Amino acid sequence: MQNLLKTSTGIKGLDEITHGGLPQGRATLICGSTGCGKTLLAMEFLVRGATQFNEPGVFMCFEEKSEELQQNFLSLGFDLNELVEKNLLTIDHVHLEPSEIEEAGEYDLEGLLIRLGYAIDSLGAKRVVLDTIEALFSGFSNENILRSELRRLFRFLKDKGVTAIVTGEQGERAFTRFGLEEYVADCVIFLNHTVYQQIATRRMRIVKYRGSAHGTNEYPFLIDQQGFSVMPISSLGLDHPASIERIPTGVPRLDTMLGSQGYYRGSSILITGTAGTGKSSLAAHFVNAACARGERCLYFAFEESQNQIIRNMHSIGIDLGQWVELGLLQFQNARATLYGLEMHLVVMHKAIDQFKPDCVVIDPISNLVAAASEIEAKSMLSRMIDYLKMKQITALCTDLTSTSGSSLERTEVNVSSLMDSWLLLQVLEGNGERNRGLYILKSRGMAHSNQVREFILSDEGIQLRDVYIGLGGVLTGSARDNQKAKDQAESLDCQQQIELRQREIERKKMAIEAQILALNTQFEAEKDDLIRLINKEKQRNDTLIMDRLTMAKLKQADKISDPLSPLKNTGRGF
Amino acid sequence: MSQDIDSPKPLTQSSTKAFENALLKIEHEHYVFRLFVAGMTPNSQRAVNNVQKICETHLQGRYELEIIDVYQQPIYAKQGQIVAAPTLVKELPLPLRRFIGDLSQTEHLLAGLEIIKKPHQPT
Repeated sequence: MQNLLKTSTGIKGLDEITHGGLPQGRATLICGSTGCGKTLLAMEFLVRGATQFNEPGVFMCFEEKSEELQQNFLSLGFDLNELVEKNLLTIDHVHLEPSEIEEAGEYDLEGLLIRLGYAIDSLGAKRVVLDTIEALFSGFSNENILRSELRRLFRFLKDKGVTAIVTGEQGERAFTRFGLEEYVADCVIFLNHTVYQQIATRRMRIVKYRGSAHGTNEYPFLIDQQGFSVMPISSLGLDHPASIERIPTGVPRLDTMLGSQGYYRGSSILITGTAGTGKSSLAAHFVNAACARGERCLYFAFEESQNQIIRNMHSIGIDLGQWVELGLLQFQNARATLYGLEMHLVVMHKAIDQFKPDCVVIDPISNLVAAASEIEAKSMLSRMIDYLKMKQITALCTDLTSTSGSSLERTEVNVSSLMDSWLLLQVLEGNGERNRGLYILKSRGMAHSNQVREFILSDEGIQLRDVYIGLGGVLTGSARDNQKAKDQAESLDCQQQIELRQREIERKKMAIEAQILALNTQFEAEKDDLIRLINKEKQRNDTLIMDRLTMAKLKQADKISDPLSPLKNTGRGF
Repeated sequence: MSQDIDSPKPLTQSSTKAFENALLKIEHEHYVFRLFVAGMTPNSQRAVNNVQKICETHLQGRYELEIIDVYQQPIYAKQGQIVAAPTLVKELPLPLRRFIGDLSQTEHLLAGLEIIKKPHQPT
């Protein structure tokens, strides 16, 4: 069994949401209210068919004259005349003037079928548009005949094997005023033009596509100088590649904080902060660094004009103008309220597709809330970020946090969970001055510093300095310098005290040593005395013995008693 | 200046005259018809018969009738702005009128063609 054949429309995005195009050889109904772009979509289908696929087409219009159509489409860059001359297009204006027509008997719409058949056969047309066939209902009064003839017409188209588009005005309750969907049952596309808070957004939805899967959401579309573009953004999934390449942030110290290498390529970076904390400056550094590497950057600015940004960044020593001149940097400036969110998304998509940037800056995303509700803004941004990730484009978004809010660690549109890296710029107030502090709240997949850094905007750009973290809390600016001086004085004082104590100890030691010496001397002296006394006694004893012997000799004693015995006794007493 | 004041008078006179002339002319007007049919269907055949009958009865000698089969000459369908078939186009006298169908509703047709002045009287 062969799959349903499809005819590529060549319209950007439409082929994607229909998974290949409109059902081949069948009719597709495009309905919507006035001015929603039915005719344009139908005509672009033919023009693209003729120019891109070499498939001739027949445009049968019931409302506009062919000259009018030609003029209208020239403004969109479609030269219908040229296509007509090349036999790739036939425009047949079916003029129905109810006042001219009088019904007098039984009739059918064979004339229309013959015209159509003739136009198809003479070109070998593959594509047919009937715009708006409902005009027949105002031209003819007999609805029964009309309905049966319409049925015949669609059968005829099917037999001819042409891929047809039929347009229909939106009815009050049904998709079309006259119930055309009853006849065209293969594919129905509904165009919508809604205004929310004075901002109009065009959307498209495939109501029905018999025999084929299709995207079911309402897709925003854009009509501009290049015609129709549909953004199948909602269909993006979470299967984007993840690069391990790192790219510098443009601020060397910040690179250090982010594991010494900077952001991941293709990641999304969020910079939040209150007004005047330097979000745009940080973004400008990033852009500057990227352009200096030769990468292409696209800068979406919702608050400032291009010239204003360039001028302002000059004041911190960044020349963005040179990159614009080199064609590496492009600004897209638009007020957020200029058009609806979806339109912003579409415009951004288009710009990205055309410029093919490596890096994108959105400054600021918080402004987008002005164009729609928070939920819509979040969904839009998530789609934007998914798209950028898929394309491996590094996205840097700034977000203005309102000071009135409870916590600074929240984003205006609650997109922080979508972001890979989140830098918070905060004003550190105190001592009558405001200083900027930079934190890294998160950075997925890399080691990052948990320290707050003081963020200084100087003539040479952004500089990050360590803040004072001590007993006095976190100090920045002059308070930090103050505290440093105080610390130095304290430390000097301490040093001096230590030296003093050291000297004291030294002195004490010397005194003790002197005492020891004196005691030793005394001891030695006493010891000497004792030895002298012993020697003296010995001498006295010797002398005594000698004397006794001498005495005994003198007395001529017959027996000399042991002269030493009494002495021994006394000697023992020693 | 005096000419300007006088000028409306002859103009109204002439337009009234023209109207009177036109009324007179109706009976002598030359009619040019084209009948577009799509093949020889019963409708087509009835239409051809009906238009010929009417022309012969009411416009004898002062009409032209061309019958075109758009099957054979489909280019005429576009040129003649044909949607329904059969279609009878009254090209002259102006204004251009189209009558669709098998032209079986003769009174309706005659009134539309301004051949009979008071369409309500017969009915």
